[in-house]
Amino acid sequence: MSFYLFLTLLLLSSGCYYLGRRRAFTVAGDHVRNLHSLPSYYGAYTALWCGLPALLVFAAWTALQPSIILELVTNALPPELRTLPPGRLDLVLNDIKNLVNGNIVSSAPDPAILAAADHYRNLQLIGNAALWIAVMSLAIAGAAHAWRAISPKLRARNRVEQVVNLFLVISSTIAIFTTVGIILSVLFESILFFGKVPISDFLLGLQWSPQTALRADQAGSSGAFGAVPLFAGTLLISGIAMLVAVPIGLMSALYLSEYATPKFRATAKPALEVLAGIPTVVYGFFAALTVAPLLRDIGTALGLQVASESALAAGLVMGIMIIPFVSSLSDDVINAVPQSMRDGSYALGATKSETIKRVLLPAALPGIVGSILLAVSRAIGETMIVVMAAGLSANLTANPLQAVTTVTVQIVTLLTGDQEFDSAKTLAAFALGMVLFVVTLILNIIALHVVRKYREQYE
Amino acid sequence: MSTTPLEINTPLDGATTSSRASGNPLSSTQITDYDHRQTVGKITVDNPKMTCRGVNVYYGAKQALKNVSLDIGANEVIAFIGPSGCGKSTFLRCLNRMNDTIPGCRVAGEIRLDQEDIYDRSLDVVQLRARVGMVFQKPNPFPKSIYENVAYGPRIHGMVQNKAELDALVIASLERAGLLKEVEKRLEEPGTGLSGGQQQRLCIARAIAVNPEVILMDEPCSALDPIATAKIEELIDELRENYTIVIVTHSMQQAARVSQRTAYFHLGDLIEIGETDQIFTNPRHKLTEDYITGRFG
Repeated sequence: MSFYLFLTLLLLSSGCYYLGRRRAFTVAGDHVRNLHSLPSYYGAYTALWCGLPALLVFAAWTALQPSIILELVTNALPPELRTLPPGRLDLVLNDIKNLVNGNIVSSAPDPAILAAADHYRNLQLIGNAALWIAVMSLAIAGAAHAWRAISPKLRARNRVEQVVNLFLVISSTIAIFTTVGIILSVLFESILFFGKVPISDFLLGLQWSPQTALRADQAGSSGAFGAVPLFAGTLLISGIAMLVAVPIGLMSALYLSEYATPKFRATAKPALEVLAGIPTVVYGFFAALTVAPLLRDIGTALGLQVASESALAAGLVMGIMIIPFVSSLSDDVINAVPQSMRDGSYALGATKSETIKRVLLPAALPGIVGSILLAVSRAIGETMIVVMAAGLSANLTANPLQAVTTVTVQIVTLLTGDQEFDSAKTLAAFALGMVLFVVTLILNIIALHVVRKYREQYE
Repeated sequence: MSTTPLEINTPLDGATTSSRASGNPLSSTQITDYDHRQTVGKITVDNPKMTCRGVNVYYGAKQALKNVSLDIGANEVIAFIGPSGCGKSTFLRCLNRMNDTIPGCRVAGEIRLDQEDIYDRSLDVVQLRARVGMVFQKPNPFPKSIYENVAYGPRIHGMVQNKAELDALVIASLERAGLLKEVEKRLEEPGTGLSGGQQQRLCIARAIAVNPEVILMDEPCSALDPIATAKIEELIDELRENYTIVIVTHSMQQAARVSQRTAYFHLGDLIEIGETDQIFTNPRHKLTEDYITGRFG
């Protein structure tokens, strides 16, 4: 129904585009140069006048119509139904809606409800007809207005660009407002959580056991919310990942940018970047099913106690995953060091390795640091690999051979499945998310700052 | 390589050439045949620092330099002039093998520094570049402090034993490059913060800090204003006492001011070489004359 209206509106306004354009040619006579804007702008101007106001009314109408109809239907209900308590009334209204939409109804409908459903249906028909009429007449009126306004002096381009500009502004703010909304919701939920659990316990507590008791006599539900083991686990796994990713990534970046032939680089670089394209869940079962058992076997052979879900396995695989972040970005910044720096160094009789060590790396250092920080925030926020390979037990340990858990893993376990959304357990997820967000935000800000500083150096 | 005649005055089908070598600057005879591409003028000098014979350079399939032969005398300033793309910078970069860094570039022929073939397999390009320094068109100081820029070369070549020696060398190099007075108080500031002319003199200081025998300059003043240019030219004149200088320039006035000999390149050929005075007052090839009188280029 509304889909056809939308389609009609679209067709109408694209028709208006051609009408407006032809009108522009007509008013210009033989001298298109006399027009203030190109003819296509007059077309776009007409199309916008036709489509935009009608579309806005359409959107507002569609948003409001159901609630207005519902209000009318409720008021027309017989008194004994209308005075039901709100919960029951909702059920009745639901039945009416289901009847209207032809869905299955909870019980055999009584005549009053059937009558109300008919009323609802009628109102809907009237509403839709009125919507068609309103939207179409608005579209035609808008098009007519634009049609009459078209003259060589009309600044159609400026008007159209204003509208486009507005669209751009709205699009960009959508992302910003979404971010702000997410931050606020996480913030408020965290505040709720900190109302239940003191913030000092959360940030400094050494015990993480988020099961709260439903009944007073329940066992095994200490409800301890000390996040230190989680942060320690995150730090341990990210640390192992960086130990893998930074040297390998940096050295491959150096090889690619300075030693490899252009042909090799052209194939090797995209191949390396494929690593970043592998879904993390695939890395996850690679870590859990291949690397972790391998490590355990090796550990047993050496007489070491290795947990079947170890921080080492998760960290190693995560390190592999973020190699392309380090190598690709570092390769770019090393390449961005001007050739004249290399020439200057070679001309003084420096060897390739001296040039790399003394000129390229120092010059590219800020960019490299930026890439590493980006990789760190990626490692901290990584979830899937650790869920699958690092385990759930919140051990406070620095031993990479034991199972640890991370902030992200705990958020996943706290929020998956059926949860009550007002318990400290679920709210804890928001508090963890908040901390995670703050940490990655700080890292990102530092990285951006460092990268910007780098940019200033050569421009 | 085919033997290149050291002096080429062979008349070609009616083209009039001077009957003697560069001995007669007032000779009125001139090569008017534009297709005559054999070098006119005396390519040899009495005490050569570098000798180049039959140098050909290819970028992939394209030949950038065709059979160029000339000598570079000790303690002289020789200028390479010619229109853009004539191969003068390419030739300059052959002299310290900077062309090695360009993929697809191939150099054939013979270039000797003090009788030693610099393209010989046994020669270490690192040592060659320490002996033949280079200054580039655009000042390219490293993003390090002024001090570190100059200390870079001596450090990598292990030329000094301790900090005091390094300090002395840095100061002396800056002094010789005429930059010391301006930067004395701010040696620790980044070299990239200097003005263009100062940066270029810093690059010269950096080059002479490794005590080279030859300094190659690739249009060293093209990015500078007239005052900075004048300072560099003055510096080149002073440096001639201790170094051999090869300068590529687009400015004929500059070539006339700073050089003793001038070589004119055209589309990969060395057209004419001779005393700077003679080249500018009495060119013996029509192409040279056309270029220095501004008919093209």
